Amino acid sequence: MIKIENLVKSFGPKRAVDGISFTVERGEVLGFLGPNGAGKSTTMRMITGFMPPTAGRVTVGGYDVVESPLEAKRLIGYLPENAAAYPEMTVHGFLDFAAQLRGLEGQARKKAIQRVVELCFLDSVLHQSIDTLSKGYRHRTCLAQALIHDPDVLIMDEPTDGLDPNQKHEVRNLIRKLGQNKAIVFSTHILEEVDAACTRAIIIDRGKIVANGTPEELRGMSELAGAVTLSAHGATQEKLAQLGRVEDLKGAFRIYPRDKSRAAELAQGIVDLVSREGWKVEGMYSEVGQLDEVFRRITLPDTVKR
Amino acid sequence: MKPILTIAKRELVSYFTSPVAYVFLVIFLLLTGFFTFTAGNFFERGEASLAAFFGWHPWLYLVLVPAVGMRLWAEERRSGTLELLLTMPITPWQAIVAKFLASWAFLAFALALTFPTVITANLLGDPDNGQIIAGYLGSLFLAGAYLAITCMTSAMTRNQVVAFILSVVICLFLILAGFNPVTDLLTRWASPALVDTVAAFSVVTHFDGFQRGVIDLRDLVFFLSVIGFALFATGIIIRGHRAG
Repeated sequence: MIKIENLVKSFGPKRAVDGISFTVERGEVLGFLGPNGAGKSTTMRMITGFMPPTAGRVTVGGYDVVESPLEAKRLIGYLPENAAAYPEMTVHGFLDFAAQLRGLEGQARKKAIQRVVELCFLDSVLHQSIDTLSKGYRHRTCLAQALIHDPDVLIMDEPTDGLDPNQKHEVRNLIRKLGQNKAIVFSTHILEEVDAACTRAIIIDRGKIVANGTPEELRGMSELAGAVTLSAHGATQEKLAQLGRVEDLKGAFRIYPRDKSRAAELAQGIVDLVSREGWKVEGMYSEVGQLDEVFRRITLPDTVKR
Repeated sequence: MKPILTIAKRELVSYFTSPVAYVFLVIFLLLTGFFTFTAGNFFERGEASLAAFFGWHPWLYLVLVPAVGMRLWAEERRSGTLELLLTMPITPWQAIVAKFLASWAFLAFALALTFPTVITANLLGDPDNGQIIAGYLGSLFLAGAYLAITCMTSAMTRNQVVAFILSVVICLFLILAGFNPVTDLLTRWASPALVDTVAAFSVVTHFDGFQRGVIDLRDLVFFLSVIGFALFATGIIIRGHRAG
């Protein structure tokens, strides 16, 4: 549904997005990760046709966003950063306005509004003006606007930003549900969201893609992936060191495999060693890797000078 | 056409859902009343015409029209709704025209509320109502020209105050170019042809005809060109922001 080829956006001498390519198919939920200022929002603005790219091409549903903007925009629902909405309008008025601009008329418009109101739990605030809403409701109002024409493509810039944990959970469930028959791209810098909602994730840093894969694949890139943490009475670092590099965690040891692809053998080796030595095991588990460790390793914080 | 109506309706409704519209209407009517009847010596003139009424309009609009138009684009940019609006399946031109028309309609509404002045003149004497209609038409185009310029300055900045000041300055130039004290000053050292050329750029020169009851095609073309040019510039400025 979404195809991006060598997308570049320059602001003066600065390249905010620097040659990004990826595709998103129907049924995929793509998490777009990266530190602040990595070019996430800029990329999304180019996909939605708000900003023309400096170079490269974006096609949505086969339509080039620059050459046939209206056709492409019809397929897209967009939740901009900070969930912008007209503050003086009521929730219903705002959704009605969005539905009209999307070309929905009469009964179809009424039905569409009703559908998104239910989907986003807006019933209780329907006739309240938007500037009196809490941040969570405002977010959901803007999300409802993006869903009003049941778009094939959904682009969301930090959809869970500023929500409380319950609301975050709801929005993630909604994304996962919608993702079954739409192509969704959403940006976030909350890594747990990748596990909660995405089928695939892309990490970008300084306008370039530095990682692209399923959440499992990304976690596999972690140094921790495949390591075994053992806490056992009588265990010593020296004995464990024959199996791999050992880290002392105060009361437990973490053993890293010499070769990640043979991580399973490591666990077996430890079990054998434990029974041979007669140690009393208090706990033992395999690490699957941590996304935040991967994230930190492949992106540089913006406090580091280029 | 449909999106233009939708956006224009939203803009117009948003004027009336905030107190700004009512404050503006009250101030506008108070000021027109004051200038016409007190400062303009409406009763002492001894003639049944609205000359005292229309004569002040270029100056009155100088402050009031930018106040109406300053938020049009600046506010959309500041609050981020511009992104929402321009990612809808509409062209930027539709949004520009819609916003302009909505504010213009609001100004027309304010102008229409000055009808008691017309009634007063008709009660006290026998004015030329054709001349009055021409005056109203000219006043509407004058407001439209100022408004289009305010649209342009509003697109330049996300700060409404800056947009206001910029448009007042530009509109002031358009007045002064044809303002008698200024043209008199210019004739002392410039050739009459040059003075006429400068004055041709002034809204005052072109508004004069309407006040005298003459609807001249050249005056209409002037106001429509100012509106067209300023809205075109608005489009370029908005495209410029997005191109980065």
